[in-house]
Amino acid sequence: MRLVITKDYSEMSEWGARYIKKRINDFKPGPNRYFVLGLPTGNTPLGTYRKLIEFVNAKQLSFKYVITFNMDEYVGLPRDHPEGYHSFMWNNFFKYIDIDPKNVHILNGNAPDLIKECDEYERAIKDAGGIELFVGGIGPDGHIAFNEPGSSLISRTRVKTLAQDTISANARFFNNDVNQVPKSALTVGVGTVMDSREVMILISGTAKAYALHMAIEEGVNHMWTVSAFQNHQRFLCVCDEDATMELKVKTVRYFKGLMAVHSQLIEDSGHPSLLQTEN
Amino acid sequence: MTIYRFRNCTLMRNHALIIDDLWIRHGKIIDPEKIFFDEKIQADIEYDCQGVLIAPGYIDLQINGAFGHDFSSPNEVNENILIDVARKLTSHGVTAFLPTIVSSSIDTYKILLPKYKRQVGSAKDGATILGIHIEGPFLNEDKRGAHRTDFLRESPHGIEDLLSCYGSFDNVSIVTIAPEIPNMIENVIPILIEKYGLIVSIGHSMASLDIGERAICSGARFITHLFNAMLPFHHRDPGLVGLLTSHRLPATIVIHYGLIVDGIHTHSAAVRLAHRVHPQGLVLVTDAVPALGLPDGIYRMGADEIVVEKKRATIAGTQTLCGSIASLAECVQNMRQALLDGEINKSNEKKIFDDKDKNKFIVESIEAATVHPASVLHIENQKGTLSFGADADFILLDDKLNVLSTFIAGEQAWTVNDKWLINNLHIKSYQ
Repeated sequence: MRLVITKDYSEMSEWGARYIKKRINDFKPGPNRYFVLGLPTGNTPLGTYRKLIEFVNAKQLSFKYVITFNMDEYVGLPRDHPEGYHSFMWNNFFKYIDIDPKNVHILNGNAPDLIKECDEYERAIKDAGGIELFVGGIGPDGHIAFNEPGSSLISRTRVKTLAQDTISANARFFNNDVNQVPKSALTVGVGTVMDSREVMILISGTAKAYALHMAIEEGVNHMWTVSAFQNHQRFLCVCDEDATMELKVKTVRYFKGLMAVHSQLIEDSGHPSLLQTEN
Repeated sequence: MTIYRFRNCTLMRNHALIIDDLWIRHGKIIDPEKIFFDEKIQADIEYDCQGVLIAPGYIDLQINGAFGHDFSSPNEVNENILIDVARKLTSHGVTAFLPTIVSSSIDTYKILLPKYKRQVGSAKDGATILGIHIEGPFLNEDKRGAHRTDFLRESPHGIEDLLSCYGSFDNVSIVTIAPEIPNMIENVIPILIEKYGLIVSIGHSMASLDIGERAICSGARFITHLFNAMLPFHHRDPGLVGLLTSHRLPATIVIHYGLIVDGIHTHSAAVRLAHRVHPQGLVLVTDAVPALGLPDGIYRMGADEIVVEKKRATIAGTQTLCGSIASLAECVQNMRQALLDGEINKSNEKKIFDDKDKNKFIVESIEAATVHPASVLHIENQKGTLSFGADADFILLDDKLNVLSTFIAGEQAWTVNDKWLINNLHIKSYQ
């Protein structure tokens, strides 16, 4: 694992965006070589999306040859519902960038056959050549996507019933009425994310601090599903100071000491082969 | 069908100015999110609008003529004058209007009414013609303004008198009447609305507030040029002006009122008064005379001669104002200025002042010439708005609200100079 500790949310967002930009540009995507990117929703990645939009506007980055797969979507919410993840991705990202809509994949929570929808999603990922980089966040209960505590660590894309905690946490987006929050969602599995060639998790704020501690300082445990990435060959964790509040001083000092190396990962001059070193 | 994407626009949407793109297809404004997820296609042609303000095209509910043409004159070749005015009005940012006919003889109505047909607007044919506004002749002689006395009429037989006067309501959208004329409230107004589907406006009237309220309750929803040709506001009988604050109207009814904000017909303090009291009802109208768009001189309107001098138009030989020669674009600018003037002494902080201007005054002045007139005609989902599904009639404005370019059904109908020519805004693709 690489742990990159930045000062605050803004710095974390910029770091994450620059990493994605460099990964895509170093990959040199083209008409026969698409960069396949996994994407999250929620508050944490908003700053990163904003920064990526700036890069596109400054012509430093193009999504023309990028294929995206989002992590999840609510079941039963109309496609254009303002709290659905289609709306989120459109309003916060897709409407501002030059991605081809045919290359955008988001699970359809209104599909007539939800299981078939999930299976086809897995197949689409495979057909695209697998995911090169999956960007994600972490829930306060340590979950990745909607893989709630207790999710199989080798799970695939499927229907999940949301935990009470998740529903309460999301009520603020539904008029503070827990009854309006969807009760289930389609989500990529832990195994699905593990299959990608790299995983980058963004973590910000004290509310996520304990989850970060359980994800990287304790054992692999299906109650804290992000911990599964301890077994991933390329697990990159980008957090801010507040999110380190529950980590050991030793851990924080060690990774801060590596910043000279890690900062090469976002420098234009940083060599792409760095990806292969040190994990 | 080609999809056009106007990028970098400051759009007027949802009562605010926001930076966003405007997507057009088939002459309509479309929702890009639906295109993205449902059709999975991108825009075919993109334009860079460089941050310019984009508003819905202006709608004029009362215009008696322009560019030398008089809608009330039976003598000219009438279908052509309509199109000529429709085309030239685009230079004022007007994308839809109601040709207005003042009190005339029965013979004149027989000739004119069948000739002014509704017409869908286009870049080639100019602004949309939304129907005729017949102003008169069932008006109160004491408040006739510039209308000729010998043409005024009463309705002792109710609706029959209107039918024998006008012949047919086929091409008509709005009728202005004085509600105190016997049988108007009990008989005429309800029939005009329910049987003929018209919008009834009250004006050129000596009506008390009580009569005004009864006229509204019987279906009238518009007041023709508020303050002009009606009793002035009096604190014991507010007259028609009092309709703006009447407590005896059902809450579901929104009354709209025309206001001529040419800097002459209505004092800016009166504009602010009406606006503060009932902002959502304010509709800017030009009530323009044929001289609109022409230099100073003497012109014909109805059966009269009018004199145009230094932004005033009067009946030859009198001081009676007979309509304005300010374009609707100028009226919007004047209204915004009137609202700004009302703030100058209030706020010391320039930032608060600028914010109010940007977020409130510009929006409300434009709405008074777009969504409000559209609401009077019940077409606010199609016209006077930049909402998804609406007709793509829009204008580009600079920060002083001068019109830079006018688009009708998504095509450029007029531009002030080459800089805003659509081809010059076209983003050539890179890569």
